[in-house]
This record gives sequence, structure tokens and C-alpha cells, in this order.
Amino acid sequence: MNRGLALKLLGWLRPIAPIILALLIGALILAALGRDPSAFYLQILRRTVLSPSGAQEVLVLMAPLLCLAASLIVCFRAGLWNLGVDGQYMLGGVFTSAFAAAATASMPYWLAIPCLVAIGIAVGVVWSMVPALLRAYQGVNEIISTLMMTFLALSTGAFLIKTVFDDPESPVPQTIFLPIEDRLPRLFDSLVHIGVIAAVVIVLAVHVIMTRTAFGLKLQIVGHNPRAAEHAGLNVKRLTLAVFAISAGLAALGGAIDVLGVRGVVRADWHPSFGLLVVPLVFLARFHGVAVIAFVAFFAVLTIGGESASRRADLPHDFLLIMMSLILLILALTDHLISRLKGR
Amino acid sequence: MDTLFTQAFATAFIAGAITAGVPLWLAGLGEQISEKSGVLNLGLEGMMLAGAFVGFSVALATGSFALGFLAGALGGALVALLMVLLCVVIHLNQIVVGIAITLAMQGATSLAHHVMYARDFPRLPRQNEWAIPFLSDIPVIGKAIFTHHPVIFMAVLLVPLLAWVFRSTHIGLNLSAAGEKPAALDIAGVSVGWTRGLAVVATGLLGGLGGAVMSNIGAGLFVPFITGGAGFMAIVLAMLARGRPTWVLGSALIVGLAMSVTTALQVGGLQIPTDVVQMLPFTLIIVVLALFGRRAGLPASLGLPYQRGAR
Repeated sequence: MNRGLALKLLGWLRPIAPIILALLIGALILAALGRDPSAFYLQILRRTVLSPSGAQEVLVLMAPLLCLAASLIVCFRAGLWNLGVDGQYMLGGVFTSAFAAAATASMPYWLAIPCLVAIGIAVGVVWSMVPALLRAYQGVNEIISTLMMTFLALSTGAFLIKTVFDDPESPVPQTIFLPIEDRLPRLFDSLVHIGVIAAVVIVLAVHVIMTRTAFGLKLQIVGHNPRAAEHAGLNVKRLTLAVFAISAGLAALGGAIDVLGVRGVVRADWHPSFGLLVVPLVFLARFHGVAVIAFVAFFAVLTIGGESASRRADLPHDFLLIMMSLILLILALTDHLISRLKGR
Repeated sequence: MDTLFTQAFATAFIAGAITAGVPLWLAGLGEQISEKSGVLNLGLEGMMLAGAFVGFSVALATGSFALGFLAGALGGALVALLMVLLCVVIHLNQIVVGIAITLAMQGATSLAHHVMYARDFPRLPRQNEWAIPFLSDIPVIGKAIFTHHPVIFMAVLLVPLLAWVFRSTHIGLNLSAAGEKPAALDIAGVSVGWTRGLAVVATGLLGGLGGAVMSNIGAGLFVPFITGGAGFMAIVLAMLARGRPTWVLGSALIVGLAMSVTTALQVGGLQIPTDVVQMLPFTLIIVVLALFGRRAGLPASLGLPYQRGAR
């Protein structure tokens, strides 16, 4: 009984303790650098949750991050490491942006937006089929192939923007600008666009599909033990392809929302690199679709507020990477401690 | 057009390929050691960054490139010790810890750069090169291949050395056993923890050295994120090489060549999109994977922590 209570408490502490500890260690580092930690953290809050426009910016940043989180939840739960989300995100964004101006000019708005999103997703899915087929039929480790596809995606995207997708009227290589009135519809005159709501719905839907449906169960079985899945009569190869398609499609959707919601244009030197930062959040949430929303919100606050706080404190905003890694390490340690406690 | 294909140009081009390739193959060889022993080290990028920063700082402070490279290697090894502690001693998830280490080092080196160098961006003087007698007198390749800082020749010698260690020594055998069937190694009375731990430290040494080569020889200065994904590229090369050091050397040189072509084309003013050239090595790797992927024998226990008696 007593141990049960302790475990329950630990379960609650588990996601919160790493964040608190990381913030404390971050405060120590700030103090060691001669900065005022309380002013730093206060500025983060002031810039984000305490300011109306800051809070809206946080919500807007959450939209593509939630898509990436959904993407990673699908593949991690299925035991596959799609570390190429950045490349899929980028190509999704690039292709959406490339056709955005033409599509909104030639189609009614309500048709153009879904078509553009579909283009972005389709590109991501097709792009992911290389590592997916290599994994399913050649047994090639997907960590290598997806990491490499990201390098390839960066060059491919840049190349396309410099050549076929280039806006001839702009001096720097970039896609044709999408006017603000043609972007995703905004809610109540705020910065928040409809993609934010879509992203939340998608994460929740992914969670339900992965935990409450037969399809999700199949994927989890493949993830835990591919050989057992094969014996149970599951078509592991086809499921592998499906996982990659869904995961990459969601990542590319993130890119499309980013472009249609905020960016409006993509330059050739665009290097989205959210992937490695969302991986820790997804682990922190233990692949749980509801919990991940809270962590993504926390991360968005830290990113937007941290940038302003770092500037004020005369620090590079990469300082936040240290905090992220601390959270990740402390989380892994608490997980380890909890499993040892349970084991005894 | 004539000026493009002069001897000086060819020399600069080949030398550039080697300078760009050396960090990749040093780090790739390092990664190969830890992968052989069953540890997938995604912290390599972070170890390279640590090596680049420490190596640059020491070279700048002492004026000695040799001390700089030594310090860079030790810096990488220090970060590797953290990985050993978390992944080998207490069996945390290697991929999570690897990513965390890379993020931490990106943040830490960027912060340290901001505190120490952001005001005046110091640069190192040109390194003192070492010309191999006679061979360096050959036109073009003499200057391009046989005139470099000694550390680059050491990096070349490392390839046959490692190939020999892997193939014909007890150390190589222990490494393979730790990666393929750690329980068997344990039963034979060799500590899996020590084998893997030392392997990861060796990775840190080589990764750190590679990073120091990047900052000290390649750039002559340190900027945040100087490695620019080279660590991840090295991981790919190491996995692709499937335990053969010569493959790491070859593939790193191909990637280095592609990078060097990019700069050469820009210098020559040729209108070939550099992105296409940069795509070539990766496309090549994908094709290689598609053709020979089936035989891509990664160690059976790669990425799995070993606990005695655990099933």
C-alpha cells in the first residue's frame, strides 16, 4: 500500500520533476554567468503567457511542432526511428510554398488550401518511401537512411528553390510570396490560424488511433516484437510502409502549416531543424498524445520567451539547448530510478 | 576557363577534399569502434563540437597546433565519459542520451563562444605544414596530398591500424563480441562494461580530434555549430562501412570531394548549382544501400544495453 502510493506519487512527479530540476540547474548556470535567474525566467513569462500577442505567438509556433510530435509518436510507438522528420518537414513546406501562389490564383480559396496541404503531405510521403522500402525489403537500418535523407532533402529543397520554384522577380532565390489574405484563415482577428486547431485535433486523433484501434495495436505489436508480429500473421512489411507514410505525411503537414500559416515564402537557405528538439518532448510525454500538447506548449514558451530573455541577458539563445538536454537527461534518469523501484 | 584548370587550382581542389574529408573519417572511424562494441553513439556531433571548441581554444592560447589537437581529442573523450556513465554504467536509452549530449554541446559551445570570442572573433595563424620528402615534389599531388599538417597523415595511418586491430587482435575480437553477443563475452570473463566504455571513449577521442581538425585546419576559427551535421554524416558513413575502416576512408573522401567541388566551382565562377553536387554523395550512398543493403550486417546487439542475467 505504502509502496503503491509512492509509485503513484512518482508517476505524477515523473514528467514535472525533470523540468523543475532543469530550470533549477539553468538558474545556477545563469547565476554562475553573473545573470539574474529570476529576471530571466520572469522575462520568459512576460514575453509569452503574460502578453496577449506573445501568447498568440506561442500557439502559432505550437502548430507545426504538434504535427512533428504526432509524426514521431506514430513511428516511435511502432518501434521505428524516423529521424528524417526535418527533411520531410522542409520538402512539405517547399512544395506547398512553390504551388501556393498559383493555386490560390487559379482556384477558389476553399479548394486551394486543402489542395496545397495535400501536395505537401504527398511529397513527404513519397520522400519517406525510400527509407521505408529499404527498411521493409532490405532490412536497412532506418536511422542511417532517414538521417541521410535529411541531408539530401536540404540540398534538394535548396536546389528546387534556386531553379524551378524560384520567383523571377525577387533578387534572392525564394519561392513566390503568398499574400497574407491568402494564408490560412485566422481566428477572431488574432494571429492564431486554423492550423493550430487542426494540429491539436491531429495529435489527439493520432493518440486515439494508436491506443484505441486495432490498427494502432498492430503497430504497437510490430514495435515491441516484429518477430512475434510476423508469427501472429501481421504483414510487417506493409505495416512498416504505412508507419513511414503516416509519420512522414504528418511531418510534411507541419511544414505545410508553417508555410501557409506564418511564413508565406521559403528562401533557399531555409534549414528547419525542429526534429531533434521535438524528440525529447515526445519522450517526456511517453508517446502520450495528450501529455505531449502540454510539453510542446512548454517548449514553445521556452523558445519564444527564451529568445527575448536571452537577448536581454546578453546570451546566445542556443543557451536554451542546454536546458532541453538537461530535461532530457534528468527524465531518462528518473525513468531509470522508477523502473528500478518497481523492479524490487 | 583556362584559369580554372591550372595546377594551382587542381592542388587546391584535392587538398580541399582531404581537409573536408579528414574530420569525417576520423569521426567515422571513432563511431565505428563504438558501433562495433554495440553502442550507437548519436552524441558524436556533440563530441566533435566539444573537440572543435576545446581544440581551438587551446591552440589559440598556447599557439601550438599539436597541443590544440591533443586537447580537442581529450575534450571529445570527456564528453564521451558522460555517455559511458549514462549508457554503459546505468543502461539508459542510447538514442535519447546521444541526442541530449549533442543538444547540450551545441548549447554549451555556443554559450562559451559567446562569452569568450563573440567580441573579437580571433583567428588562428596558418598551420605549419609538413611536407613528406621527395613525394611532396611531385607536381600537383605532391602539394595536394603530401603536404599537410602531421595530424592528417596520422589520420591516414589510423585506417590500416584500426583494420589490423579489428581483424587480428584480441581487442578487436572483444569489441565484436560485445556488439554481437555480449553475454558470451561476459561468460568468457571479459567485462562488457569496460569493453564498451573504452570503445565509447575512443569514439570521443577521435570525434574530438575530428572536430579540432575542422576548427583549426579547416576554418582557423570557431563559430557555433561549426560541425554543421558532420557528426551525423560520420555516423552514416560508419554504419555504411559495416565495420571496415577502409570504407570509412573511401566514403569520407567521396563526400569531401563533393564539398571541395562545391567551393571550387564557386571560385571558378561556373554556373552549376552547388546543391546538385552536394546531393551526389548522398544519392550514391542511397543507391549503395539499395543494392547491398541486405548484407548490411550491423552488430546484433547494437543499441541494446547489456545487463548480466537480464532477458
